[in-house]
Amino acid sequence: MTPVTDVVVTGLGATTPLGGDVASTWRAALAGESGARHFDNDWAETYELPLTFAAQIKVAPSEVLPRQEIKRMDPSAQYAIIATREAWDDAGSPEVDPERLGAVVSSGIGGIWTTLDGWDTLQEKGARRVLPMTVPMLMPNSPAAYVELELGARAGAHALVSACASGAEAIGYAVEMIRSGRADVVVAGGTEAAIHPLPVAAFAASRTVSLRNDDPAGASRPYDVNRDGFVLGEGAGIVVLESAEHAAARGARVYARIAGVGLSSDGYHITSPEPSGRGQIAAMSRALADAQVTSADVVHVNAHATSTVVGDLIEARGVRDVLGADADQVALSATKSMTGHLLGGAGALETIFTVLALAERTAPPTINVTDPDPELVLDLVRDKPRDLRSGQVAAINNSFGFGGHNVALVVTSA
Amino acid sequence: MAHSEQEILAGLAEIVSEETGLPTDSVLPEKSFTDDLDIDSLSMMTIVTLAEEKFDVRIPDDEVKNLATVGDAVTFITKAQG
Repeated sequence: MTPVTDVVVTGLGATTPLGGDVASTWRAALAGESGARHFDNDWAETYELPLTFAAQIKVAPSEVLPRQEIKRMDPSAQYAIIATREAWDDAGSPEVDPERLGAVVSSGIGGIWTTLDGWDTLQEKGARRVLPMTVPMLMPNSPAAYVELELGARAGAHALVSACASGAEAIGYAVEMIRSGRADVVVAGGTEAAIHPLPVAAFAASRTVSLRNDDPAGASRPYDVNRDGFVLGEGAGIVVLESAEHAAARGARVYARIAGVGLSSDGYHITSPEPSGRGQIAAMSRALADAQVTSADVVHVNAHATSTVVGDLIEARGVRDVLGADADQVALSATKSMTGHLLGGAGALETIFTVLALAERTAPPTINVTDPDPELVLDLVRDKPRDLRSGQVAAINNSFGFGGHNVALVVTSA
Repeated sequence: MAHSEQEILAGLAEIVSEETGLPTDSVLPEKSFTDDLDIDSLSMMTIVTLAEEKFDVRIPDDEVKNLATVGDAVTFITKAQG
């Protein structure tokens, strides 16, 4: 068997509802804080929205980026660039041949602010007032393109769109780029900036979001019997991935390895997960096989767990199916209880959480679970972080998306 | 109401500064948009779009290539105000 190129994580970056960088986000997550808040504007009244809250980004890009960059990027690209700069710096700004440097940055929805602002301009002022940057700002590959430009990456820039699995799929694709020998270093992740009245109204119409307007911080409650939908979030997570050889040659600090990538599709329904969890099970099983680890090695799962009524339990049963009796020694975390659901950014941020959980041997908590669903078949980390065991261990990060996209990543300790 | 050449220069300088980050006092009549101010075609079209709105004029696409300097643009907009 051909040895698989080891892919390691050497840099982390994020901007999220919990903080403007990875350190503050992780600290808030371990402290069990919620990023969900009432809108700080009059959207709810103006548009008669049934939803009055979301997990909006904690630090506005205008506090971090120069004005000219703000003007040239949709917020989704702004978040990606902020996270990229942190991740690249965190990795020690690796010297790498530009032809061997890649960028894979995904968004589930793309530049919706730009699209809708442009539409408003067209309606109010006519075609001649529509700005020429509109297309490069609204296109869903825009964050990937800006990251590629930022770093001068020439091995390839890609934007995989798979709804709420996009951020994880981007990381999976980046792993494949390194394994196949196309790149030594790839900057990868996901971003989303879709807290705009239209998607808010549309998600509310789809009955997938919580309408707990009197308690935003308590609205995202995965595995609680009273869960009633997800909380819309926004932000970006970016990782610097590197072949183990390249990282070792420059003496880079290694957080963890992305050892396994598992992909599948449900072939079932445009929004509902397949009830038996067959597709999710396939993704997890493939990721474990790809990583060449067994269920006994797994100590932690960062669940997709958006806090919808059916989705969370299908996933939990799937995890048990895949891990069998070893599931009893697995700490399950549902971090969307704190961050809200970053859609295309979710899988990337949760990969960062999974990497940090292994690096620090600490599983983050799940908040708002006052009354756990009796059908939950796994050991949920509630309220407080939990220590993970020492030694060589593995964790799974799950991400699933509308359309039946399933992505599981297996992270192993450095 | 028609704007004076000085007002147009000041307004253009604001637009160019917003787009490029250059200080407004570097946007002088003799400066070339491409050679001195390093403005690419996409930025130039953005500036034209914003200038049309600000001064309530029409700058046809065919004319844009004739606007080599900031002064050219000030002159064109002054006349286009009618």
